[in-house]
Amino acid sequence: MTSISERGKTVSEFIDALMNHAFLQYAMLTGVLASIACGIVGTYVVTRRITYIGGGIAHSILGGMGVAYFLSATYKWNNLHPLYGALVAAILAAVVIGLISLRTREREDTVISSLWAVGMAVGILFISRTPGYNQDLMSYLFGNILMVTSSDLWLIIGLDILVAIIGVLFYNQLTAVCFDEEFARVRGLNVSFYYLLLLCLTALTVVILVTVVGVVMVIALLTLPVAVAGHFTRTMWGTMILATILSMIFVVIGLAVSYGPNLPAGATIILIAGLVYLIVAVGAGIFRYGREF
Amino acid sequence: MSGEKVVSIDGLTFSYDGLKVLEDVNLQISKNDFVWIVGPNGGGKTTLVKLILGLLQPRRGTVRVFGLEPAEARSRIGYMPQFAHLDPQFPINVLDVVLMGRLGNGNGLGPFRKKDKAVAERVLDEVGLLDMSRRSFSSLSGGQQRRILIARALAGEPDLLILDEPTANLDLLVEKELYDLLRELNSRLTIVMVSHDPAFVSDNVERVVCVKRKVSEHPTCELEGNFIGELFGGEMRLVRHDKHIGKRKNGE
Repeated sequence: MTSISERGKTVSEFIDALMNHAFLQYAMLTGVLASIACGIVGTYVVTRRITYIGGGIAHSILGGMGVAYFLSATYKWNNLHPLYGALVAAILAAVVIGLISLRTREREDTVISSLWAVGMAVGILFISRTPGYNQDLMSYLFGNILMVTSSDLWLIIGLDILVAIIGVLFYNQLTAVCFDEEFARVRGLNVSFYYLLLLCLTALTVVILVTVVGVVMVIALLTLPVAVAGHFTRTMWGTMILATILSMIFVVIGLAVSYGPNLPAGATIILIAGLVYLIVAVGAGIFRYGREF
Repeated sequence: MSGEKVVSIDGLTFSYDGLKVLEDVNLQISKNDFVWIVGPNGGGKTTLVKLILGLLQPRRGTVRVFGLEPAEARSRIGYMPQFAHLDPQFPINVLDVVLMGRLGNGNGLGPFRKKDKAVAERVLDEVGLLDMSRRSFSSLSGGQQRRILIARALAGEPDLLILDEPTANLDLLVEKELYDLLRELNSRLTIVMVSHDPAFVSDNVERVVCVKRKVSEHPTCELEGNFIGELFGGEMRLVRHDKHIGKRKNGE
């Protein structure tokens, strides 16, 4: 076991490194910015109960990343960053899921599951066919926040601003659609449009978060801060703000804790978020039980 | 039964997947009518309401609301959907629920305006829950939640109020209070209400419309034991209940 002084040293080491290394600063900034989109869109996703769609979109974007990775390596399209592939795949998956659930009678969960796995299959095939060293697959699956470059950061900032503006500007409409779709329709809202908009916002947020924690763990970062926040607030905007702050805390602590012992940052962030959620959920249960007796 | 036509349905037929749900429906609803829509499960009550709201399109026949296509008349309709599909844990306070009724009243992007909040508070006062406006919606009792949803329907300043089973799963006393509130609102609004349970229909009814694929209308005074027994295939418990509550006063 590490003693307290050693742990103190690890934290001060981290702060030291943060001052000196651009890659850590980028990582930190990415995590903090991603948290804004995460808090806003995560709240819509959780209250509308479409976290499974979020999971489906997250996994299907491996296909887009794989194709972009393959093309950039094989045809020397060096500007084709995997994040662009992810972006295209995410929006495509969101629109396909949305249109199928709105327009056809296919079972929605079946469509999501298929897209989930097919996207991953496409990604794995293309990555396996890409010449060179294939360590990138792991970083797509489990996150590569420490490898964020300044150009990644600009893309993430752009997406983040877009998601935040739309999420805040359409707050009344999106909240109404999440709470009671039928009423919203009678009030003259174009419910199908707002549903598709919400799915596209989810897609963009997933792309941002994939950089932080990777394809496999995105759903956790999208939902856990909201789930924790839900225990302390009773409005949508309150949940959004608190979830954003919580997500920032999880990311920063996760980065700090994982840096010293060289643990995978994404997994550490998710573990911390999961632990906090568990404590809050159990605590709330005990509190309720205590009040009844 | 006189005055402006609020809802006018002529020769309406509707089917889901070839299965006829409503057949040759004719129904006229006038200003300040209080219409109870009753009938068995699957009889087409909610379908009829959705046709009046323009959420469904008739296969044959016409529906007009205030003389317009239903979808065009929506700004004059206040609607309370079935309660069961709401998420009881949704993080939202009472005022924000009521404000949803202001959507579509020229409200575009961004926050609600002062006028919207003033209207929301006025209708909250009207349903007697203004002091609850900052409370969490999920912390309210079932009866209070229904009142909030009625307030939300009123927030759009409608001329026609349509409610789909507003009293499902409420106890009798709360149900009675809710009907009293609707009765008050009826003095300035036309009300169309789907009701599962006909036991209370006789209390303060004006018109009772039974939907069972075909639509038939019965004046209140005929709403006696035999009629209900005929409709529901001998659910006599409901009829006895009816007798306890007493008959509607004349001239109401």
